[in-house]
Amino acid sequence: MWQWIHKWASPKHFYRVSTRGAPWLWGLALILLPVGALWGLAFAPADYQQHDSFRIIYVHVPSAMLAESCFALMAVCAVVFLVWKIKLADIVAKVAAPFGASMTFAALFSGAVWGIPTWGTWWVWDARLTSMLILLFLYFGIIALRYAFAREHSGGRAAAVLSLVGVVNLPIIKYSVEWWNTLHQTASFSLTKAPSMPESMWVPLLLMMLGAYALFGAVVLSRTRNEILRREHRARWVRALITDTCDKEH
Amino acid sequence: MNAVRKRRLMIVLGLVALVAVTVTLMLFALRQNINLFYSPEQIVGQEAPTGRQIRAGGIVEKGSVDRNQDSLVVTFTVTDFKARVPVRFDGILPDLFREGQGIVVIGTLDASGTLDASQVLAKHDENYMPKEVADVLDKEGLSPEDYRAARAEGKLSYPEADRP
Repeated sequence: MWQWIHKWASPKHFYRVSTRGAPWLWGLALILLPVGALWGLAFAPADYQQHDSFRIIYVHVPSAMLAESCFALMAVCAVVFLVWKIKLADIVAKVAAPFGASMTFAALFSGAVWGIPTWGTWWVWDARLTSMLILLFLYFGIIALRYAFAREHSGGRAAAVLSLVGVVNLPIIKYSVEWWNTLHQTASFSLTKAPSMPESMWVPLLLMMLGAYALFGAVVLSRTRNEILRREHRARWVRALITDTCDKEH
Repeated sequence: MNAVRKRRLMIVLGLVALVAVTVTLMLFALRQNINLFYSPEQIVGQEAPTGRQIRAGGIVEKGSVDRNQDSLVVTFTVTDFKARVPVRFDGILPDLFREGQGIVVIGTLDASGTLDASQVLAKHDENYMPKEVADVLDKEGLSPEDYRAARAEGKLSYPEADRP
């Protein structure tokens, strides 16, 4: 099994086997996201209390889930990079960070827009909102720390350590609405109980969530492939790849 | 796994465990300050300071809302079904404000125990429902709250009106 993992961890092997994967993920995201968005924003029924402002859920929940999943992925990569020194893990952690930061910002922004009509305020310092803001700052810190080092490897290690420190924030975000009194309501979706809304409302939300994960996969995979080429540009296989592509075009 | 990697893994896991313990202790020490609001029970039990701005959270008691005809002044009672706190507010209420709604009130307690509110925020729950379904329930004489309670026990599913 270790051999199999090491084979996957080789940038060259990963680049070759992932060639087919990225277009599929992009295609999936490009189908699921527009369908889910149109369904949710135009055809799903409005809520009996919140009316149309309820539709912000179709942007808010997927972006918030991605913000947390992306950080979890970065933490896993950090362990793999620090313990096994696998460079591919560092590459994935590097390219995932900006995506996670944008998703966190999207979740905070859509939440603020939603808060004005329903709560009567765009921001309160409650545990959920504050821990989410801390997540955004952690992302900024991780991105900045990586570029604060002259050597790429040292930057990667520092960023990995900060991701591991920051991972403690994830359970705090998740359970903040249960541990403390917050203005934010508890989760609508969970793996263990039925969704707290009818099918006509949760099906488009599920499509948006799957689409968001497909987009996440597509972005991370494509950017990982670019980063592999950049880091390995002196390697023979990259030179061969480029000469091949040029030959085909001429 | 060789010895070097095992040691590195232990260091990494140790780091995460250490940070987790630190943060847990900090949050435990600050637990009262992290709560967004005091419950009516805490306020009646004099756990909340008077003369200083506090937040109170609870449900607007049914039948307690009294709107002044000549101004924006509203008085109502906030309850957690254990204790009740009277509130006076002069301003614009959020759309979701109604009797039976969860709210958070920001204001100061006066000497008589009335909360003089400067801002009222509406809390909403995680349950969403199309208007048509709410209408169907209304016809059957069920309120969304009763219906949810029955559904939580697995007795009911959503009525037909929600089919797209």
